[in-house]
Amino acid sequence: MSLESQLLQFLFAGLTLGSIYALIALGFVTIYNVTGIVNFAQGDFAMLGALITVTLYQRTGIFNRVITVNLQLPLPLAILLAVVLTTLIGVVLYLIAIRPARGASVISLIIITIGASIALRGLGLIVWWTDPYPLPVFTPGPPIEIAGAVLTRQNVWVIGTMVAIVVGLYLFFEHTLLGKALRACAVNREAARLMGIKADHMALFSFALGAAVSAIAGIVITPSTFMAYDSGTLLSLKGFVAAIMGGLTNAPLAVAGGLVLGLVEAFGAGLLSSAYKDAFAFLTMFVILLLRAGGVFGQRLAEA
Amino acid sequence: MLRRAVLLLWLVGLLFVVAACQQQPAPTATKPPEPTKPPAAQPSPTKAEAAQPTPTKEEAMPKEGEPYKLGLVLSITGPASALGVPERDTALMLMEKINAAGGIKGPDGLMHKLEVIVEDDATDTGQAVLATKKLIEQDKVHVIIGSSVSPNSIAMAPVVSEAEIPMISLASSTAIVHPLLKDFEGQTIQIPGKGEHTVGPGETVIYLSRLYDVDPKAILEANPQLPQELVRPWVFKTPQENYPVAQVQADYWKAKGVTKVGSLGVNNAFGLDSRLAMKAVYPKAGIEIVADELFQPKDKDFRAQLTKIKGLDPEGVVVHATPGEGAPITVQFRELGFDVPLVQNHGIGSKAFIDLAGQAAEGVLFPAGKLLVAETLPDDDPQKPVLLQYIEDYDKYTNGAPRSTFGGHAWDAVMISVQCLEKVGPEASALRDCFENDVKDFVGITGVFTWSPVDHVGIFKESLALIMIKDGNWVFVAPDEYANVP
Repeated sequence: MSLESQLLQFLFAGLTLGSIYALIALGFVTIYNVTGIVNFAQGDFAMLGALITVTLYQRTGIFNRVITVNLQLPLPLAILLAVVLTTLIGVVLYLIAIRPARGASVISLIIITIGASIALRGLGLIVWWTDPYPLPVFTPGPPIEIAGAVLTRQNVWVIGTMVAIVVGLYLFFEHTLLGKALRACAVNREAARLMGIKADHMALFSFALGAAVSAIAGIVITPSTFMAYDSGTLLSLKGFVAAIMGGLTNAPLAVAGGLVLGLVEAFGAGLLSSAYKDAFAFLTMFVILLLRAGGVFGQRLAEA
Repeated sequence: MLRRAVLLLWLVGLLFVVAACQQQPAPTATKPPEPTKPPAAQPSPTKAEAAQPTPTKEEAMPKEGEPYKLGLVLSITGPASALGVPERDTALMLMEKINAAGGIKGPDGLMHKLEVIVEDDATDTGQAVLATKKLIEQDKVHVIIGSSVSPNSIAMAPVVSEAEIPMISLASSTAIVHPLLKDFEGQTIQIPGKGEHTVGPGETVIYLSRLYDVDPKAILEANPQLPQELVRPWVFKTPQENYPVAQVQADYWKAKGVTKVGSLGVNNAFGLDSRLAMKAVYPKAGIEIVADELFQPKDKDFRAQLTKIKGLDPEGVVVHATPGEGAPITVQFRELGFDVPLVQNHGIGSKAFIDLAGQAAEGVLFPAGKLLVAETLPDDDPQKPVLLQYIEDYDKYTNGAPRSTFGGHAWDAVMISVQCLEKVGPEASALRDCFENDVKDFVGITGVFTWSPVDHVGIFKESLALIMIKDGNWVFVAPDEYANVP
């Protein structure tokens, strides 16, 4: 394998990984913009989405194999249902945990989401136990070879899904009334409320959207990385790093942050040392935070 | 002042209530544990009291002593759950079986129930240490068994050594039973006849003796500054070390004519030990290690490391991992289009690996205990009847859960403990001496064990078989066949 094809391979690996981080980061940004909350349960939505898909798609024993779910729905239908269900879980989470604490400080709300993350992980443990679960690749077939590097079909799915969602969200925010209302809430909540936009509905909607995007991210990576009840934590962490790199409020920058993070990890592990893969990611975050000091948490937390 | 006095009174009252509720630990609540005497020595005075309430139930057994307690620290949740779950089930199955037969007949002539107390460490080193302390201090167990993984076992070893309670680990690293040269890292020590050596992470005297082919005692003599202890007196273990695993792997590479391999290992104590064993064995067999890549536990994407390995054109790849990471590595290995043999180590010896990796697992080779291929072993193998019996019992107990070598490690630890409890009773130092001197040719699931004052592992290359995954099953590869498999 020549150096060029190796570099190309790292690029593919980094883009795939980065696409997932970007999607999770998008969920962070959407919720943060509208509600001012950093939702640390973001990665757990990815776990839920993937494990619900597995349960609907194949024969799965849940609750310590007491109940066997044997629906065996076709994969696209299972994915669709899983995304809908995860979205509902996101909505329920907002209604029972976040909304009643509306008046509380932002920090309290963030701590509530950390609690929610632990609760969702616990739920995952009770339902699916500790086993990791696989999904089949969406379109089986030989990988695509480009200049000695291989790009698997699933990688194409991951990157394609990320692009499609980014484009879809752009169109939604720019060209629909609901999207514009959400953006209005992000720009100035008080002014939006004065214009007759129901901020509470928008917050609910942002949680639904965040959960849906994360669920999709979780589902597309499961064929090559598998998913277990505790896989969401690392995704939350990396997605959060990516979102921070984008300043937590800027969606395009968050996507860029996710991709940069993926690329840094892939190239760092490949060219320098694989033992410090995660260290590179966090080092990048520190550098970016230093460069734009105070711009991330600063304002909102100061207000709170 | 008054408030404090009232509070104190309250506390004393509370103590009385607690003491009244619990019959057994009452004497220890008032007496601080003495470091010189193991707490296991205490039961004798209370034996008569405890024996009284129970005999009414059991008619066949006239007298019953206090239960013999085994404390298990297992990784039942977290990434190593594929190890901890069969270990727990095996231990509970044995407890049920032994107690159904009346228990263990101790040296005092009384029948003792076997009590297995299981703690989950969630594959976390801190929790493993806490659980060990809880089992020793609160439950007063007679033997600690565990943990399932090497980093936890290594952290537990000093705890049991200080409490002077014998421990049988179910993990593979050399450093569990052999003290690590941690305090000497970076320093040079003398290897008799071979020059100097700079101590690196994860190294032990026994490792250096294997690396340089010298007698471990000679290394100790040449370096009086080292702790003059080859094994930790209180720590034993039942799984094979990584060293014989590397030997079987090397035999395979040699048979295939492979001279350069790439390695990918988990960055923890288990991966380190497995890689050290590889580095001690492979070069002597004329195999060059062209890549030595690492990944973090719980990682999900290994493409960068695999790409780097592929770039070095190895003739084979060896992976040091457990199923949680070993399976995605195998899937991604196939995705990247490698066309060389993939050899892993005994960390993947559970059905979970095949279930997870699916089609990608086909053709993967790994050395592991004979349990996986028990049916196809030659009839004169001394372990065969024990293996078949265990498979039958375990299948019945768990309603058809797949067998795993990890459950076998627990079987060995529990049965060796039972054998010694029967012989010498629950006193800690007597148990330890029994482990060290009286475990001879013990036919277990992992191998035929012979423990001694210098060897607390006691099984070698002969206890391993090279296994290939074919059509979703384990297939035994006889040594003459090594050259003919993928």
